[in-house]
Amino acid sequence: MRRLRHWGPGLLLLSPSLILLAVFVYGLIAWTTKVSLSDEHNALGSKGFVGLENYQNLFTNDIQDRFTHSLKNLLIFTLVFLVGAMFFGLLWAFLLERGIRGEGFFRTVYLFPMAVSFIASGVVWRWLMNPLKGDDAGGLNAVFGGLHLDFLQSTWWTNPDWGMASMAMPAVWQLSGYVMALFLAGFRGIPQELREAAAMDGASTYRLYRNVIFPQLTPVALSALIILGHMSMKMFDLIMSISGPQWLTEVPAVYVWQTLLTSDYAKAAAISIVLLLLVAIVIVPYLIYTNRVEKSR
Amino acid sequence: MRFTRRAAVAVIGVAALLTASACGSSDDGDGGGSGSKKVEVFTWWADGGEKAGLDGLVAQFGTSCAGQEFVNGAVAGGAGANAKQVLASRLQQNDPPDTFQAHAGAELQDYILAGQVEDISADYDTWGLKTAFPPGLIQNLTVEGKIYSVPANIHRANVVWTNKKVVAAAGITSDPTDLAGFIADLDKVKAKGIAAPLAIGKDWTQLMLFESVLITDLGAEKFTGLWNGTTPWDGADVTKAINDFKTLLTYTNKDRDALDWTDAEKLVMDGKAAYQLMGDWEAADLDAKKFADYAWFTFPGNGTTFQWLADSFVLPKGAKNVEGTKCWLKTVGSAEGQKAFNTKKGSIPARTDASPADYPKYQQAAMADWKSSTQVPSCAHGSACSQGWQGAANSALGAFSTNQDVAGLQKALASAASQFVKK
Repeated sequence: MRRLRHWGPGLLLLSPSLILLAVFVYGLIAWTTKVSLSDEHNALGSKGFVGLENYQNLFTNDIQDRFTHSLKNLLIFTLVFLVGAMFFGLLWAFLLERGIRGEGFFRTVYLFPMAVSFIASGVVWRWLMNPLKGDDAGGLNAVFGGLHLDFLQSTWWTNPDWGMASMAMPAVWQLSGYVMALFLAGFRGIPQELREAAAMDGASTYRLYRNVIFPQLTPVALSALIILGHMSMKMFDLIMSISGPQWLTEVPAVYVWQTLLTSDYAKAAAISIVLLLLVAIVIVPYLIYTNRVEKSR
Repeated sequence: MRFTRRAAVAVIGVAALLTASACGSSDDGDGGGSGSKKVEVFTWWADGGEKAGLDGLVAQFGTSCAGQEFVNGAVAGGAGANAKQVLASRLQQNDPPDTFQAHAGAELQDYILAGQVEDISADYDTWGLKTAFPPGLIQNLTVEGKIYSVPANIHRANVVWTNKKVVAAAGITSDPTDLAGFIADLDKVKAKGIAAPLAIGKDWTQLMLFESVLITDLGAEKFTGLWNGTTPWDGADVTKAINDFKTLLTYTNKDRDALDWTDAEKLVMDGKAAYQLMGDWEAADLDAKKFADYAWFTFPGNGTTFQWLADSFVLPKGAKNVEGTKCWLKTVGSAEGQKAFNTKKGSIPARTDASPADYPKYQQAAMADWKSSTQVPSCAHGSACSQGWQGAANSALGAFSTNQDVAGLQKALASAASQFVKK
């Protein structure tokens, strides 16, 4: 009874959110899994259980390998997005940390794109990344043309091989500032004493950063990678507003939407579950890691 | 003492949250009007010419069906994509609107198979629609001997729109009648320094062009057969059509995948292209944009084939006010209803007995063709194939736009057909 008194009120307070989570997150994940194992391919409803057939079809029997193509697109997008955002985020944080003037101003400038929704920035980037070159050029290509830098003109996202790399540019632009904020907090969290101690030991600036400061930033870098990584996996709105749904730039999240519109519930559910697993591969090790770190504290 | 205060806070908190969620769930959208004289009409016509057309239809409904009340159930946005999602969930919950909008033809297939719409063949006879509509349309609408929808309008898909000035500047005096002639004309325009004489947009507009080429190469009957399983997709004639389509693509703008149909239309208006294949809603759009220098011809080699698409209304199973819905459907099919709707929307009536004098110039020509032509359906607009098939075809054309792989496209289309064709 005493123990119930101890945790009872807490549990009671948590119970509404626990129930809501159980029903609307975990319950629906279970439901989606069930649909993905059925043959509910049209508005008629399900006729039965087909095991993993939908998953198998996605990887081996999809028309024109549409699903693996969307995975390839996602891979290119994610790589460019992660590397780009981490690079610029770290660079800006480093520059600001070195104590330039007007830090507050620059911090706001870099962070601000994050406040814009992907839909709004996508509309602008759709115009910026106009694929026409030469006299008809618009957007960035026109700027390059005007500067006589014609060799920089690109077909952007309409390039069949590397189009997804340009698609990642707006995402890099939007989230570099966020990564910068994370790193800046990391820099500021390092005690001054450590820097002083390194200076006393006669460490050069390079050694100071290489051996003292950067190792302390590993947890921050990991958090940033996880946050950006799971955003990238679920990328939908940016691509919908730049190219619209189409083969060239299709990623799994867009494919789910397209499949749902054609009432192929089983296939849409199967893609969603694959997407969930992909995100889980990124998230779960991170959760285990933070759990351990917090316990050891 | 401390415990009781904490417990009290907890109880109040839980109670507050539960009340909040209870409030949130009380909104269950009682749109239908139970057993009353209300007719909820579910559409995605929320603005522009479509809204004006709907308003015209509603006014006619008010006079022909006195005592019934129209309830607008329009869901805006996404060219119907949003509305279709809302509709799907309402149908699943057995809460159908009294009638809903759907593309006539194969797109209705899913609803028919699911038993969500009623057979209205008997009413077709009572309302005299079987004689008012051309036999080709009746044939396309009939599924296993039954008809499930009343088309409100007809659009034509296989029309080429031209910029008169650009065409005249290239020294072209007559419309091409076959593909070879069309390609010769495209070359003439190209020689005048216009790099991409044929304007086109993303996947579905490419599918429209490809379908027109298929009609030319296969003829109307075999083309219709592609969509009902009687014509094979892996034949040599389809290969030829894909190759012809590939040739035509070499005359199109390279940024096609970045453009919507209105962007391609702008290329024609600006004189950066001479031709564009598009449905005949382009006439209303060009008029609205005050561009007068346009002309049109049926896609070369299509002869008298009229590739149609139509919006139609159905009687859902479980509709609350069947009598009112039937009166709505009767109004939609009636000569007055079709006139009220189509003169405003910029389409033509499905009936053959309408008076052309009520319509603008392009529509008059299309109405004359509608009576005499062979009707074939369109996949890009859902009258020939189900939504799933349409999605697969769009995706296949999108891939072809970048890889130009003839065998790959044919294989993709053949496997889409084997997956989606009924029976």
